[in-house]
Amino acid sequence: MNAIPLTDTRLAKVAARDVNVFYGQKHALKHVDLDIRANDVTALIGPSGCGKSTFLRCINRMNDLIENAQVTGALTLDGDNVYDKNVDVVQLRARVGMVFQKPNPFPKSIYDNVAYGPRIHGMARDQAELDEIVMGSLEKAGLLAEVKDRLEESGTGLSGGQQQRLCIARAIAVAPEVILMDEPCSALDPIATAKVEELIDELRENFTIVIVTHSMQQAARVSQRTAFFHLGELVEVGDTEQIFTNPQHPLTQGYITGRFG
Amino acid sequence: MSDHTVKSYDEELAHLTNIIARMGGMAEAQFAAALQALSKRDSDLAARVVAGDARVDELEHEVQQFTVRLLALRQPVASDLRHIVAALKISSELERVADYAANVAKRSLVLNQLPPVKPVNAVLHLAHLVQEILKDILDAYIERDVEKAVRVWNRDEEVDDMYTGLFRELITYMMEDPRTITACTHLMFMAKNIERIGDHATNIAETLHFLVVGTPIKGERPKGNTVDTE
Repeated sequence: MNAIPLTDTRLAKVAARDVNVFYGQKHALKHVDLDIRANDVTALIGPSGCGKSTFLRCINRMNDLIENAQVTGALTLDGDNVYDKNVDVVQLRARVGMVFQKPNPFPKSIYDNVAYGPRIHGMARDQAELDEIVMGSLEKAGLLAEVKDRLEESGTGLSGGQQQRLCIARAIAVAPEVILMDEPCSALDPIATAKVEELIDELRENFTIVIVTHSMQQAARVSQRTAFFHLGELVEVGDTEQIFTNPQHPLTQGYITGRFG
Repeated sequence: MSDHTVKSYDEELAHLTNIIARMGGMAEAQFAAALQALSKRDSDLAARVVAGDARVDELEHEVQQFTVRLLALRQPVASDLRHIVAALKISSELERVADYAANVAKRSLVLNQLPPVKPVNAVLHLAHLVQEILKDILDAYIERDVEKAVRVWNRDEEVDDMYTGLFRELITYMMEDPRTITACTHLMFMAKNIERIGDHATNIAETLHFLVVGTPIKGERPKGNTVDTE
Protein backbone atom coordinates (compact mmCIF):
# COMPACT_ATOMS: atom_id res chain seq x y z
CA MET A 1 0.00 0.00 0.00
CA ASN A 2 1.36 3.38 -0.94
CA ALA A 3 1.03 6.36 1.32
CA ILE A 4 -0.11 9.54 -0.32
CA PRO A 5 3.01 11.70 -0.54
CA LEU A 6 3.26 15.15 0.95
CA THR A 7 2.07 17.79 -1.43
CA ASP A 8 3.40 20.59 0.73
CA THR A 9 6.89 21.88 0.06
CA ARG A 10 7.59 22.68 3.72
CA LEU A 11 10.58 20.71 4.86
CA ALA A 12 9.73 17.63 6.88
CA LYS A 13 10.93 17.82 10.49
CA VAL A 14 10.94 14.07 10.72
CA ALA A 15 11.06 11.89 7.61
CA ALA A 16 10.66 8.12 7.53
CA ARG A 17 11.65 6.16 4.44
CA ASP A 18 11.01 2.43 4.20
CA VAL A 19 11.11 2.06 7.96
CA ASN A 20 10.64 -1.50 9.22
CA VAL A 21 10.57 -2.77 12.77
CA PHE A 22 10.98 -6.40 13.77
CA TYR A 23 10.37 -7.75 17.25
CA GLY A 24 12.27 -11.02 16.88
CA GLN A 25 10.46 -12.74 13.98
CA LYS A 26 7.46 -10.45 14.14
CA HIS A 27 7.40 -7.82 11.39
CA ALA A 28 5.66 -5.08 13.40
CA LEU A 29 6.12 -2.10 11.09
CA LYS A 30 6.28 -2.52 7.33
CA HIS A 31 7.91 -0.18 4.82
CA VAL A 32 6.63 3.06 6.30
CA ASP A 33 7.22 6.31 4.39
CA LEU A 34 5.96 9.27 6.35
CA ASP A 35 6.86 12.95 6.63
CA ILE A 36 6.12 14.84 9.83
CA ARG A 37 5.88 18.56 9.18
CA ALA A 38 7.40 21.10 11.53
CA ASN A 39 4.96 22.83 13.90
CA ASP A 40 2.14 20.50 12.97
CA VAL A 41 0.36 18.14 15.27
CA THR A 42 0.40 14.77 13.49
CA ALA A 43 -2.01 12.17 14.86
CA LEU A 44 -1.28 8.47 14.44
CA ILE A 45 -4.44 6.37 14.55
CA GLY A 46 -5.33 2.74 14.00
CA PRO A 47 -6.50 -0.36 15.87
CA SER A 48 -4.41 -1.93 18.64
CA GLY A 49 -1.32 -3.61 17.29
CA CYS A 50 -1.32 -1.61 14.06
CA GLY A 51 2.19 -0.24 14.62
CA LYS A 52 1.39 3.36 15.48
CA SER A 53 3.11 3.28 18.89
CA THR A 54 5.98 1.30 17.38
CA PHE A 55 6.45 4.04 14.81
CA LEU A 56 6.26 6.73 17.49
CA ARG A 57 8.98 4.98 19.50
CA CYS A 58 11.25 4.83 16.47
CA ILE A 59 11.50 8.60 16.40
CA ASN A 60 13.42 8.84 19.68
CA ARG A 61 14.83 5.30 19.54
CA MET A 62 12.77 4.03 22.45
CA ASN A 63 12.68 0.71 20.59
CA ASP A 64 16.40 0.36 21.44
CA LEU A 65 15.24 -0.48 24.96
CA ILE A 66 13.26 -3.47 23.76
CA GLU A 67 15.25 -6.67 23.52
CA ASN A 68 15.55 -8.14 20.00
CA ALA A 69 13.80 -5.17 18.41
CA GLN A 70 15.41 -4.32 15.07
CA VAL A 71 14.81 -1.19 13.01
CA THR A 72 15.71 -0.87 9.32
CA GLY A 73 15.24 1.93 6.82
CA ALA A 74 15.95 5.62 7.17
CA LEU A 75 14.50 7.89 9.81
CA THR A 76 15.76 11.45 9.82
CA LEU A 77 15.40 14.41 12.12
CA ASP A 78 16.13 17.64 10.25
CA GLY A 79 17.78 15.49 7.60
CA ASP A 80 20.13 13.64 10.00
CA ASN A 81 19.75 9.90 10.39
CA VAL A 82 18.44 9.13 13.86
CA TYR A 83 19.86 5.59 13.69
CA ASP A 84 23.38 6.65 12.71
CA LYS A 85 25.88 4.89 15.01
CA ASN A 86 27.41 8.24 15.98
CA VAL A 87 24.14 9.58 17.34
CA ASP A 88 24.13 10.18 21.10
CA VAL A 89 20.80 8.72 22.16
CA VAL A 90 20.65 10.91 25.27
CA GLN A 91 21.04 14.03 23.14
CA LEU A 92 18.48 12.68 20.66
CA ARG A 93 15.94 12.20 23.45
CA ALA A 94 16.57 15.74 24.62
CA ARG A 95 15.60 16.90 21.12
CA VAL A 96 12.70 14.48 20.91
CA GLY A 97 10.78 14.45 24.17
CA MET A 98 8.06 12.05 25.18
CA VAL A 99 4.87 12.05 27.22
CA PHE A 100 3.32 8.73 28.15
CA GLN A 101 -0.16 7.32 28.61
CA LYS A 102 -0.10 7.28 32.39
CA PRO A 103 1.30 10.38 34.05
CA ASN A 104 4.65 9.32 35.55
CA PRO A 105 6.07 12.16 37.62
CA PHE A 106 9.23 11.37 39.59
CA PRO A 107 8.69 10.93 43.34
CA LYS A 108 10.24 14.34 43.80
CA SER A 109 8.96 17.86 44.30
CA ILE A 110 7.09 19.62 41.53
CA TYR A 111 10.09 21.90 41.08
CA ASP A 112 12.60 19.06 40.89
CA ASN A 113 10.48 17.15 38.39
CA VAL A 114 10.81 20.00 35.93
CA ALA A 115 14.40 20.88 36.90
CA TYR A 116 15.60 17.30 36.44
CA GLY A 117 16.32 17.42 32.69
CA PRO A 118 17.87 20.90 32.62
CA ARG A 119 20.20 19.86 35.48
CA ILE A 120 21.36 16.68 33.72
CA HIS A 121 21.98 18.56 30.51
CA GLY A 122 23.66 21.46 32.30
CA MET A 123 21.28 23.96 30.77
CA ALA A 124 21.38 26.48 33.64
CA ARG A 125 24.48 28.28 34.92
CA ASP A 126 22.94 29.29 38.20
CA GLN A 127 19.84 28.98 40.35
CA ALA A 128 18.21 32.03 38.79
CA GLU A 129 18.48 30.54 35.32
CA LEU A 130 17.12 27.20 36.51
CA ASP A 131 14.20 28.97 38.20
CA GLU A 132 13.49 30.72 34.94
CA ILE A 133 13.45 27.46 32.98
CA VAL A 134 11.24 25.71 35.57
CA MET A 135 8.74 28.57 35.84
CA GLY A 136 8.68 29.08 32.08
CA SER A 137 8.03 25.39 31.47
CA LEU A 138 5.26 25.22 34.08
CA GLU A 139 3.76 28.35 32.54
CA LYS A 140 3.87 26.90 29.01
CA ALA A 141 2.32 23.70 30.32
CA GLY A 142 -0.54 25.74 31.76
CA LEU A 143 0.22 24.54 35.27
CA LEU A 144 2.03 27.43 36.94
CA ALA A 145 -1.05 29.21 38.32
CA GLU A 146 -2.19 25.98 40.00
CA VAL A 147 1.16 25.01 41.60
CA LYS A 148 3.19 28.19 42.12
CA ASP A 149 2.55 28.21 45.87
CA ARG A 150 3.51 24.59 46.41
CA LEU A 151 6.53 23.92 44.21
CA GLU A 152 8.18 21.97 47.01
CA GLU A 153 5.30 19.53 47.36
CA SER A 154 5.56 16.13 45.73
CA GLY A 155 4.58 15.85 42.06
CA THR A 156 2.75 12.63 42.80
CA GLY A 157 0.31 14.53 45.05
CA LEU A 158 -1.22 16.37 42.09
CA SER A 159 -4.43 15.29 40.33
CA GLY A 160 -4.10 13.05 37.25
CA GLY A 161 -4.60 15.92 34.82
CA GLN A 162 -2.11 18.11 36.70
CA GLN A 163 0.41 15.25 36.79
CA GLN A 164 0.13 14.87 33.03
CA ARG A 165 0.69 18.60 32.51
CA LEU A 166 3.65 18.33 34.91
CA CYS A 167 5.06 15.60 32.67
CA ILE A 168 4.56 17.89 29.68
CA ALA A 169 6.34 20.70 31.58
CA ARG A 170 9.17 18.25 32.33
CA ALA A 171 9.35 17.29 28.65
CA ILE A 172 9.50 20.88 27.39
CA ALA A 173 12.00 22.02 30.08
CA VAL A 174 14.89 20.61 28.02
CA ALA A 175 13.72 22.64 25.00
CA PRO A 176 13.01 19.72 22.68
CA GLU A 177 12.09 20.22 19.03
CA VAL A 178 9.69 17.33 18.77
CA ILE A 179 7.31 16.02 21.43
CA LEU A 180 5.95 12.49 21.15
CA MET A 181 2.74 11.75 23.01
CA ASP A 182 1.51 8.20 23.47
CA GLU A 183 -2.17 8.39 24.40
CA PRO A 184 -1.57 11.32 26.75
CA CYS A 185 -5.23 11.71 27.75
CA SER A 186 -6.48 8.16 28.05
CA ALA A 187 -6.19 8.23 31.86
CA LEU A 188 -7.74 11.71 32.21
CA ASP A 189 -11.29 12.96 32.67
CA PRO A 190 -12.89 15.15 29.97
CA ILE A 191 -11.99 18.47 31.63
CA ALA A 192 -8.34 17.48 32.13
CA THR A 193 -8.36 16.12 28.56
CA ALA A 194 -9.63 19.45 27.23
CA LYS A 195 -6.87 21.28 29.10
CA VAL A 196 -4.19 19.02 27.64
CA GLU A 197 -5.70 19.38 24.16
CA GLU A 198 -5.72 23.16 24.51
CA LEU A 199 -2.12 22.93 25.64
CA ILE A 200 -1.17 20.79 22.62
CA ASP A 201 -2.61 23.48 20.37
CA GLU A 202 -0.52 26.16 22.10
CA LEU A 203 2.66 24.06 22.11
CA ARG A 204 2.41 23.67 18.35
CA GLU A 205 3.76 27.18 17.95
CA ASN A 206 7.16 26.11 19.31
CA PHE A 207 7.24 22.34 18.89
CA THR A 208 6.46 19.64 16.40
CA ILE A 209 4.06 17.17 17.97
CA VAL A 210 3.29 13.55 17.14
CA ILE A 211 0.43 12.02 19.08
CA VAL A 212 -0.85 8.47 19.20
CA THR A 213 -4.49 8.31 20.19
CA HIS A 214 -7.32 5.79 20.23
CA SER A 215 -9.83 8.60 20.33
CA MET A 216 -10.76 9.53 16.77
CA GLN A 217 -12.47 12.65 18.07
CA GLN A 218 -9.25 13.66 19.77
CA ALA A 219 -7.25 13.15 16.58
CA ALA A 220 -9.83 15.27 14.74
CA ARG A 221 -9.75 17.99 17.40
CA VAL A 222 -6.01 18.41 17.93
CA SER A 223 -4.18 17.45 14.75
CA GLN A 224 -3.52 19.03 11.39
CA ARG A 225 -2.36 15.78 9.78
CA THR A 226 -3.60 12.27 10.44
CA ALA A 227 -1.88 9.01 9.57
CA PHE A 228 -3.82 5.75 9.67
CA PHE A 229 -1.94 2.50 10.36
CA HIS A 230 -3.25 -1.02 9.93
CA LEU A 231 -1.41 -4.33 10.51
CA GLY A 232 1.95 -2.59 10.54
CA GLU A 233 1.41 -0.62 7.35
CA LEU A 234 0.75 3.05 6.84
CA VAL A 235 -2.51 2.98 4.91
CA GLU A 236 -3.25 6.65 4.43
CA VAL A 237 -1.94 10.01 5.54
CA GLY A 238 -3.54 13.36 4.82
CA ASP A 239 -4.86 16.59 6.19
CA THR A 240 -7.01 15.73 9.19
CA GLU A 241 -10.02 17.44 7.64
CA GLN A 242 -9.72 15.29 4.53
CA ILE A 243 -9.22 12.08 6.48
CA PHE A 244 -12.37 12.70 8.54
CA THR A 245 -14.61 13.98 5.76
CA ASN A 246 -13.40 12.11 2.70
CA PRO A 247 -10.87 9.35 3.39
CA GLN A 248 -9.49 7.82 0.20
CA HIS A 249 -8.79 4.29 1.38
CA PRO A 250 -11.62 1.87 2.26
CA LEU A 251 -9.71 0.67 5.34
CA THR A 252 -9.48 4.22 6.69
CA GLN A 253 -13.15 4.74 5.95
CA GLY A 254 -14.03 1.49 7.71
CA TYR A 255 -11.94 2.25 10.77
CA ILE A 256 -13.00 5.82 11.44
CA THR A 257 -16.71 5.17 10.85
CA GLY A 258 -16.72 2.11 13.11
CA ARG A 259 -17.20 -0.52 10.42
CA PHE A 260 -14.06 -2.50 11.07
CA GLY A 261 -14.15 -6.23 10.34
CA MET B 1 -20.17 -0.90 2.32
CA SER B 2 -20.00 -3.23 5.29
CA ASP B 3 -22.09 -2.68 8.40
CA HIS B 4 -21.19 -0.72 11.49
CA THR B 5 -20.04 -2.66 14.51
CA VAL B 6 -22.88 -0.89 16.32
CA LYS B 7 -26.01 -2.17 14.55
CA SER B 8 -28.38 0.53 15.77
CA TYR B 9 -26.26 3.13 13.94
CA ASP B 10 -26.98 1.39 10.61
CA GLU B 11 -30.67 1.33 11.45
CA GLU B 12 -30.65 5.03 12.18
CA LEU B 13 -28.91 5.87 8.91
CA ALA B 14 -31.35 3.66 7.00
CA HIS B 15 -34.22 5.40 8.78
CA LEU B 16 -32.88 8.75 7.60
CA THR B 17 -32.78 7.56 3.99
CA ASN B 18 -36.36 6.30 4.41
CA ILE B 19 -37.69 9.64 5.62
CA ILE B 20 -36.03 11.38 2.66
CA ALA B 21 -37.52 8.80 0.27
CA ARG B 22 -40.98 9.35 1.79
CA MET B 23 -40.54 13.08 1.61
CA GLY B 24 -39.46 12.85 -2.03
CA GLY B 25 -42.46 10.69 -2.88
CA MET B 26 -44.74 13.17 -1.16
CA ALA B 27 -43.23 16.17 -2.96
CA GLU B 28 -43.60 14.35 -6.29
CA ALA B 29 -47.23 13.51 -5.52
CA GLN B 30 -48.00 17.09 -4.51
CA PHE B 31 -46.44 18.37 -7.72
CA ALA B 32 -48.35 15.82 -9.86
CA ALA B 33 -51.63 16.68 -8.14
CA ALA B 34 -51.05 20.41 -8.63
CA LEU B 35 -50.52 19.82 -12.34
CA GLN B 36 -53.62 17.67 -12.58
CA ALA B 37 -55.61 20.39 -10.81
CA LEU B 38 -54.28 22.85 -13.39
CA SER B 39 -55.03 20.73 -16.46
CA LYS B 40 -58.47 19.53 -15.28
CA ARG B 41 -59.43 22.87 -13.70
CA ASP B 42 -60.12 20.90 -10.51
CA SER B 43 -60.43 23.36 -7.62
CA ASP B 44 -61.09 20.66 -4.99
CA LEU B 45 -57.86 18.91 -5.86
CA ALA B 46 -55.96 22.22 -5.86
CA ALA B 47 -57.29 22.97 -2.38
CA ARG B 48 -56.14 19.54 -1.17
CA VAL B 49 -52.65 20.20 -2.53
CA VAL B 50 -52.50 23.53 -0.66
CA ALA B 51 -53.60 21.82 2.56
CA GLY B 52 -51.24 18.87 2.01
CA ASP B 53 -48.11 21.02 2.10
CA ALA B 54 -48.12 20.91 5.90
CA ARG B 55 -47.32 17.19 5.86
CA VAL B 56 -44.14 17.78 3.85
CA ASP B 57 -43.15 20.50 6.33
CA GLU B 58 -43.65 18.01 9.15
CA LEU B 59 -41.30 15.54 7.51
CA GLU B 60 -38.68 18.21 7.03
CA HIS B 61 -38.94 18.96 10.73
CA GLU B 62 -38.55 15.26 11.50
CA VAL B 63 -35.39 15.08 9.38
CA GLN B 64 -33.96 18.13 11.15
CA GLN B 65 -34.57 16.71 14.60
CA PHE B 66 -33.22 13.32 13.65
CA THR B 67 -30.04 14.67 12.04
CA VAL B 68 -29.29 16.88 15.04
CA ARG B 69 -29.71 13.82 17.25
CA LEU B 70 -27.39 11.73 15.09
CA LEU B 71 -24.75 14.48 15.00
CA ALA B 72 -24.85 14.84 18.76
CA LEU B 73 -24.93 11.17 19.72
CA ARG B 74 -22.91 9.45 16.98
CA GLN B 75 -20.37 12.13 16.09
CA PRO B 76 -20.33 10.85 12.53
CA VAL B 77 -17.32 11.14 10.22
CA ALA B 78 -16.49 10.46 6.56
CA SER B 79 -19.30 8.85 4.53
CA ASP B 80 -21.64 8.75 7.54
CA LEU B 81 -21.17 12.47 8.09
CA ARG B 82 -21.81 13.17 4.40
CA HIS B 83 -24.91 10.97 4.49
CA ILE B 84 -26.35 12.93 7.41
CA VAL B 85 -25.45 16.40 6.13
CA ALA B 86 -26.83 15.48 2.69
CA ALA B 87 -30.13 14.34 4.23
CA LEU B 88 -30.44 17.65 6.04
CA LYS B 89 -29.81 19.61 2.84
CA ILE B 90 -31.99 17.45 0.59
CA SER B 91 -34.90 17.67 3.02
CA SER B 92 -34.93 21.44 2.73
CA GLU B 93 -34.70 21.22 -1.08
CA LEU B 94 -37.73 18.89 -1.08
CA GLU B 95 -39.60 21.17 1.26
CA ARG B 96 -39.10 23.99 -1.28
CA VAL B 97 -40.23 21.73 -4.14
CA ALA B 98 -43.47 21.02 -2.27
CA ASP B 99 -43.89 24.73 -1.55
CA TYR B 100 -43.71 25.53 -5.25
CA ALA B 101 -46.19 22.75 -5.98
CA ALA B 102 -48.57 24.35 -3.46
CA ASN B 103 -48.04 27.74 -5.14
CA VAL B 104 -48.95 26.28 -8.51
CA ALA B 105 -52.09 24.84 -6.92
CA LYS B 106 -53.01 28.21 -5.37
CA ARG B 107 -52.71 29.99 -8.69
CA SER B 108 -54.74 27.31 -10.44
CA LEU B 109 -57.58 28.15 -7.99
CA VAL B 110 -57.48 31.70 -9.39
CA LEU B 111 -57.18 30.52 -12.99
CA ASN B 112 -60.33 28.43 -12.55
CA GLN B 113 -62.27 31.67 -12.00
CA LEU B 114 -61.11 32.93 -15.42
CA PRO B 115 -61.84 31.72 -18.97
CA PRO B 116 -59.36 29.01 -20.12
CA VAL B 117 -56.31 30.15 -22.08
CA LYS B 118 -54.28 28.08 -24.51
CA PRO B 119 -50.73 28.43 -23.08
CA VAL B 120 -51.73 26.23 -20.12
CA ASN B 121 -50.57 23.33 -22.29
CA ALA B 122 -47.14 24.84 -22.76
CA VAL B 123 -46.81 25.25 -18.97
CA LEU B 124 -47.81 21.60 -18.52
CA HIS B 125 -45.23 20.63 -21.12
CA LEU B 126 -42.50 22.35 -19.10
CA ALA B 127 -43.87 20.74 -15.95
CA HIS B 128 -43.63 17.24 -17.40
CA LEU B 129 -39.97 17.74 -18.19
CA VAL B 130 -39.36 18.91 -14.60
CA GLN B 131 -41.36 15.96 -13.25
CA GLU B 132 -39.07 13.59 -15.12
CA ILE B 133 -35.99 15.29 -13.72
CA LEU B 134 -37.39 15.22 -10.19
CA LYS B 135 -38.20 11.52 -10.48
CA ASP B 136 -34.70 10.77 -11.82
CA ILE B 137 -32.95 12.60 -9.01
CA LEU B 138 -35.04 10.87 -6.34
CA ASP B 139 -34.26 7.48 -7.93
CA ALA B 140 -30.59 8.46 -8.07
CA TYR B 141 -30.69 9.29 -4.35
CA ILE B 142 -32.17 5.92 -3.41
CA GLU B 143 -29.69 4.09 -5.67
CA ARG B 144 -26.78 6.39 -4.75
CA ASP B 145 -26.26 6.69 -8.52
CA VAL B 146 -23.78 9.50 -9.19
CA GLU B 147 -23.88 9.16 -12.98
CA LYS B 148 -27.62 9.59 -12.99
CA ALA B 149 -27.20 12.62 -10.72
CA VAL B 150 -24.75 14.19 -13.15
CA ARG B 151 -27.19 13.59 -16.03
CA VAL B 152 -29.93 15.37 -14.06
CA TRP B 153 -27.52 18.19 -13.31
CA ASN B 154 -26.80 18.61 -17.03
CA ARG B 155 -30.51 18.59 -17.95
CA ASP B 156 -31.23 21.81 -16.13
CA GLU B 157 -30.24 23.65 -19.30
CA GLU B 158 -33.18 22.03 -21.14
CA VAL B 159 -35.52 23.35 -18.46
CA ASP B 160 -34.07 26.83 -18.71
CA ASP B 161 -34.36 26.87 -22.51
CA MET B 162 -37.95 25.68 -22.43
CA TYR B 163 -38.80 28.23 -19.77
CA THR B 164 -37.35 31.04 -21.89
CA GLY B 165 -39.44 29.90 -24.89
CA LEU B 166 -42.55 29.75 -22.71
CA PHE B 167 -41.92 33.24 -21.42
CA ARG B 168 -41.90 34.60 -24.98
CA GLU B 169 -45.00 32.63 -25.88
CA LEU B 170 -46.94 34.08 -22.94
CA ILE B 171 -45.90 37.63 -23.83
CA THR B 172 -47.06 37.06 -27.41
CA TYR B 173 -50.48 35.88 -26.17
CA MET B 174 -50.89 38.86 -23.90
CA MET B 175 -50.00 41.28 -26.68
CA GLU B 176 -52.44 39.64 -29.08
CA ASP B 177 -55.30 39.56 -26.60
CA PRO B 178 -55.02 41.82 -23.56
CA ARG B 179 -58.05 40.08 -21.98
CA THR B 180 -55.75 37.11 -21.24
CA ILE B 181 -53.27 39.23 -19.28
CA THR B 182 -54.52 38.16 -15.84
CA ALA B 183 -54.52 34.46 -16.65
CA CYS B 184 -51.22 34.59 -18.53
CA THR B 185 -49.52 36.48 -15.69
CA HIS B 186 -50.54 33.73 -13.29
CA LEU B 187 -49.22 31.17 -15.76
CA MET B 188 -45.97 33.06 -15.96
CA PHE B 189 -45.52 32.81 -12.19
CA MET B 190 -46.43 29.13 -12.31
CA ALA B 191 -43.82 28.58 -15.00
CA LYS B 192 -41.26 30.33 -12.83
CA ASN B 193 -42.21 28.11 -9.86
CA ILE B 194 -41.86 25.01 -12.00
CA GLU B 195 -38.50 26.15 -13.33
CA ARG B 196 -37.40 26.63 -9.71
CA ILE B 197 -38.40 23.04 -8.91
CA GLY B 198 -35.93 22.03 -11.62
CA ASP B 199 -33.25 24.12 -9.91
CA HIS B 200 -33.89 22.33 -6.62
CA ALA B 201 -33.55 18.98 -8.39
CA THR B 202 -30.17 20.23 -9.63
CA ASN B 203 -29.18 21.19 -6.08
CA ILE B 204 -30.08 17.69 -4.93
CA ALA B 205 -27.85 16.32 -7.72
CA GLU B 206 -24.96 18.38 -6.39
CA THR B 207 -25.56 17.23 -2.81
CA LEU B 208 -25.84 13.62 -3.96
CA HIS B 209 -22.49 13.88 -5.74
CA PHE B 210 -20.91 15.19 -2.53
CA LEU B 211 -22.58 12.43 -0.53
CA VAL B 212 -21.23 9.62 -2.70
CA VAL B 213 -17.90 10.95 -3.97
CA GLY B 214 -17.01 13.47 -1.27
CA THR B 215 -16.26 16.29 -3.71
CA PRO B 216 -18.39 18.86 -5.58
CA ILE B 217 -19.45 18.17 -9.20
CA LYS B 218 -16.67 19.42 -11.43
CA GLY B 219 -17.12 22.20 -13.94
CA GLU B 220 -19.56 25.01 -14.49
CA ARG B 221 -23.19 24.06 -14.66
CA PRO B 222 -24.46 24.58 -18.22
CA LYS B 223 -26.73 27.54 -17.73
CA GLY B 224 -29.49 28.53 -20.13
CA ASN B 225 -30.73 32.08 -20.11
CA THR B 226 -33.61 32.22 -17.63
CA VAL B 227 -34.15 35.95 -17.90
CA ASP B 228 -35.36 37.14 -21.27
CA THR B 229 -33.49 40.35 -21.75
CA GLU B 230 -34.70 41.15 -25.25
